[in-house]
Amino acid sequence: MNAARFFALIAILGVAVACVGYAFPAINFLLAVALSKGLAVLGLVMMMRAGLVSFGQGLFYAIGGYTAGILSHLYKVHEASLLIGAAVLLSTGLALVVSFLIARYRDIFFAMLTLALSMILYGLLVKSAALGGTDGFNVKSITFLGMPIGGTARYSSLLVVLGFALGGIVASYVYSRTAFGRLAEGLKENEIRVEYLGASADLIVRISYVGSAVLAAIGGALAGILVGHVDPEMAFWATSGEFVVIAVLGGSASLITPFAAALVLEFVRSYATQYAPNTWQLVLGVIIFALILFLPAGLAGLHKRRKHAKTTVGA
Amino acid sequence: MSSLLAVLIDGVMHAAWLFTIAVGLTLIYGVMKILNMAHGSFYAFGAYCCATALGQYFAAGLPPMGAFLAIFMSALIGGILLGLIVERGILRLFGGRDPIVMLLVTYALFLVLEDAIKLIWGVDPYIVGEPLGLLGVVKIGTLVYPGYNFLVVVVAVLVCVVLTSFLQQTAYGKILRAVIHDPEVSSTLGINVTRWSLVAFITGSVLAALGGALTAPTISVVPGMAVEVVVMMFAVVVIGGLGSIPGTIIGALVVGLVRSAAVHFWPEVELFSIYAVMALVLVVKPKGLFAGMELRKI
Amino acid sequence: MTNRHSVRFLLAASVAAFVASSASAQEAPAFRIGIVTFLSGAAAGPFGIPAKNAADLFAEAANKGALPAPYAAKGFGGRAIELVTIDEAGGATKQVSEFQNLVEQQKVDAVVGYISSGDCVAVAPAAEQMKKLLLLFDCGTPRIFEEGSYKYVFRPVGHAAMDNVAAAIYVNATNKDFKKYAGINQNYAWGQDSWNDFEATLKAIRPQAVVVSSQMPKLGAGQYNAEISAILAAEPEVLHSSFWGGDLEGLVLQGAPRNLFKTMNVVLTAGETATHRQAQQIPDGTIIGARGPNAIFAPENAYNTWLRAAYSAKFNALPSYPSYHMVQSLLALKFAYEKAKGGDTNKAPTTDEIAGALRGTTFEGPSGTVKMSLGGGQQAIQGTAYGRTKLVDGKTTVVDVRRFAAEEVNPPDGVKTSEWIKTLKVK
Repeated sequence: MNAARFFALIAILGVAVACVGYAFPAINFLLAVALSKGLAVLGLVMMMRAGLVSFGQGLFYAIGGYTAGILSHLYKVHEASLLIGAAVLLSTGLALVVSFLIARYRDIFFAMLTLALSMILYGLLVKSAALGGTDGFNVKSITFLGMPIGGTARYSSLLVVLGFALGGIVASYVYSRTAFGRLAEGLKENEIRVEYLGASADLIVRISYVGSAVLAAIGGALAGILVGHVDPEMAFWATSGEFVVIAVLGGSASLITPFAAALVLEFVRSYATQYAPNTWQLVLGVIIFALILFLPAGLAGLHKRRKHAKTTVGA
Repeated sequence: MSSLLAVLIDGVMHAAWLFTIAVGLTLIYGVMKILNMAHGSFYAFGAYCCATALGQYFAAGLPPMGAFLAIFMSALIGGILLGLIVERGILRLFGGRDPIVMLLVTYALFLVLEDAIKLIWGVDPYIVGEPLGLLGVVKIGTLVYPGYNFLVVVVAVLVCVVLTSFLQQTAYGKILRAVIHDPEVSSTLGINVTRWSLVAFITGSVLAALGGALTAPTISVVPGMAVEVVVMMFAVVVIGGLGSIPGTIIGALVVGLVRSAAVHFWPEVELFSIYAVMALVLVVKPKGLFAGMELRKI
Repeated sequence: MTNRHSVRFLLAASVAAFVASSASAQEAPAFRIGIVTFLSGAAAGPFGIPAKNAADLFAEAANKGALPAPYAAKGFGGRAIELVTIDEAGGATKQVSEFQNLVEQQKVDAVVGYISSGDCVAVAPAAEQMKKLLLLFDCGTPRIFEEGSYKYVFRPVGHAAMDNVAAAIYVNATNKDFKKYAGINQNYAWGQDSWNDFEATLKAIRPQAVVVSSQMPKLGAGQYNAEISAILAAEPEVLHSSFWGGDLEGLVLQGAPRNLFKTMNVVLTAGETATHRQAQQIPDGTIIGARGPNAIFAPENAYNTWLRAAYSAKFNALPSYPSYHMVQSLLALKFAYEKAKGGDTNKAPTTDEIAGALRGTTFEGPSGTVKMSLGGGQQAIQGTAYGRTKLVDGKTTVVDVRRFAAEEVNPPDGVKTSEWIKTLKVK
């Protein structure tokens, strides 16, 4: 897909989501939560393109949420752009440091090391009595450029989150077209060949990791503001696991499907909770089975299937 | 001195428990390259089967010592049934998919089993503490331990010996090792990889169920017990090096002893001690303590 | 009827089988109450299901007009009530989302729920912003009304600080010469807060006693061999634990054969829930509480008599304290509704009127008198009780019971619990 068509598609989808949100206020919160999770998943997808699966995306999701929460709760900063800016700075710094540690790791070992790091943060947050321990604390009266968001201001929150989501997609798209972005995909296919080309596989991993951390932190900060509450659960492995689930459901071929998959999962779970309160996990599990069975390449496969004839599949 | 001894005893007991369950996980991974997120559910399933079996057994007024047979039989039957249904009924449908997709499949399986267990057994806890008292108590210094805890250690050692000698000493063991090493080449050599996958999966499932069944008399069997187990087992197998039985032994000992030392000397860090150790091990040995050589594919 | 409607109908029927019979007889639309408790996970068995059962029982009895006076009016002041039950599992974000759904899609008039303190902290501001009545029925943390101020959020049961303050006073009074104590609590807010309150109270009233071990295993760990060894090795004379559910039962199972309960005085602040299934295993002399004068500690009154009889008849078991908490919260709502309605038979009171009627009021329930006197009238205080277990004919009874007046174990309004505990005096 060329750039012009891609941006047109993004614009149309953005307007569509804004219209749907306007027409159905009842789903605004769910939409916004799904989009902010989608941002964290988008980061994961960028890493998956380089063949790396992080089981610790919750680390940066929580960093984002807690940065926004602590600044607003203890330092009375209520402007979301500042909160998110701080979350971006902090996550970039931390990710840079961590990236030197994890750059050599691949496959399951990368997954488990990222998981361990995020669980260490979880352990620290659980012990932080001043931050409410596992109960977490509230994030209240946030504005974005002066406009109140979070709480009952659900439509404006949705628009702000949508803006960040579109920004995230565009940034990822631009990155994936740079030399590094293209090399990242090569990394997945064959790391040694990438190194033979004179590129540094470790550097590519580090850059992907920092980028994905920033996206997760923005998602986490937005989620904290939307829900009005942050707790250590954001750094728990189950949260990271959920992001991996969404990423795999969405498939890594597209930058838009992570958001679509997040939406599907949120809606299925919400409806299952309401209409099958005793068996919602079973319903969710069966639906995931069905999706994997009928959409082998994730939701992205829906789009790709049409183009399949043109593409040659590398073994 | 006595507290060091206690750290050692508690650590080894915990390690025995970890090993029994984790070795099933590592076996399944070795043969099928599936990291089974539902392994904790197999453990929970074993515990529930055992709770039911023991409940029936004691209600029937049979000789108390036979309860141990009930524990093993319930794990064996429950593990085989569940393993067979899951492998044949579900995993087969997704054969040949990417490992990461299989991870998602087992996650969905975990969700389904979580509710399935609830539908079968309800949410009320099952308490079957009788076998815990059957083997008397052992006094070590000032501390008292139920003899039952040592039974768990004995079983873990037996599992370890049987599995290792099977893999190293028998012809079938060699076949299985070939499958673990390279399934594609093995199948060109005429080995029925599909059948061996089923065998490995059922064995892993039985071992997880055995871990659950042995634990059942010491705990209250409740919903949600699966979640607590999965990630701890991941830590054990990763520390040891995936797919390696000696690695799993070391991984279990490391996790068991570290946790026990943390509890005795520094309880504040118990929650993340395991993850700190896992991170540390991976920093020093990026592929775990017992990683095999890997071929560079150019 | 469309498919979706039939699903909704089935759900309504399953959570409240009485709807069909009573709704047709009433003219005003039913008063819909969202019930949120754990239907899955570790908290379902000990808390969630007993609470849900109690809610169902209450709704059935209320709609029949079978509750004791002054609650004998059918439904809420003649208007039928209807329950919509959802699962509390899934974390705070999900609960905020589901709370909105309860209000906006299920059109409930009030929500009674939340066992986890984390869920309470997250959902309370959402309810306040949406101006919807929320009655927290079981969560313990005092932070909710000490750190925030609310008009629509209530907790008609005592908060958790009194459990641990009373536990400390009890061991201090009944154990004249102990010098060393220890704790084993779950590593999350409930366990940490419980231990901190217990320790702070003992520091204030018994400064000569020292902590020799504070174990914090993770929630749901289930196996405590190492922790028990560490505690036994530290040789405390008193052991405090706020364990609940499977963790508590596991501690009793593993601790009893290792003489944990023989070598020290064990205080189980939430011990009552374990007495139903583990009567045989809990050693005599264990000090237990029931988070207020509930269940085994409940006073003789008409509401308690009704609850015990009706619950036993329907569920073939005695109600445990979460059932008392649920019934007490629903009674608070019924009481406030009828008070707001006054004598006017046609009036349907607004949310603000019901909230106004509940604020600062006093009502009677199965655990005695409840005063809504903290947090500007949003948070209840109640007395509590502790006692030692004694097995009689296979059932747990309590002896050496000490009852605490509400004011003895709760701070005055406007004073933070943590500050108040420091002011407690040596007795």
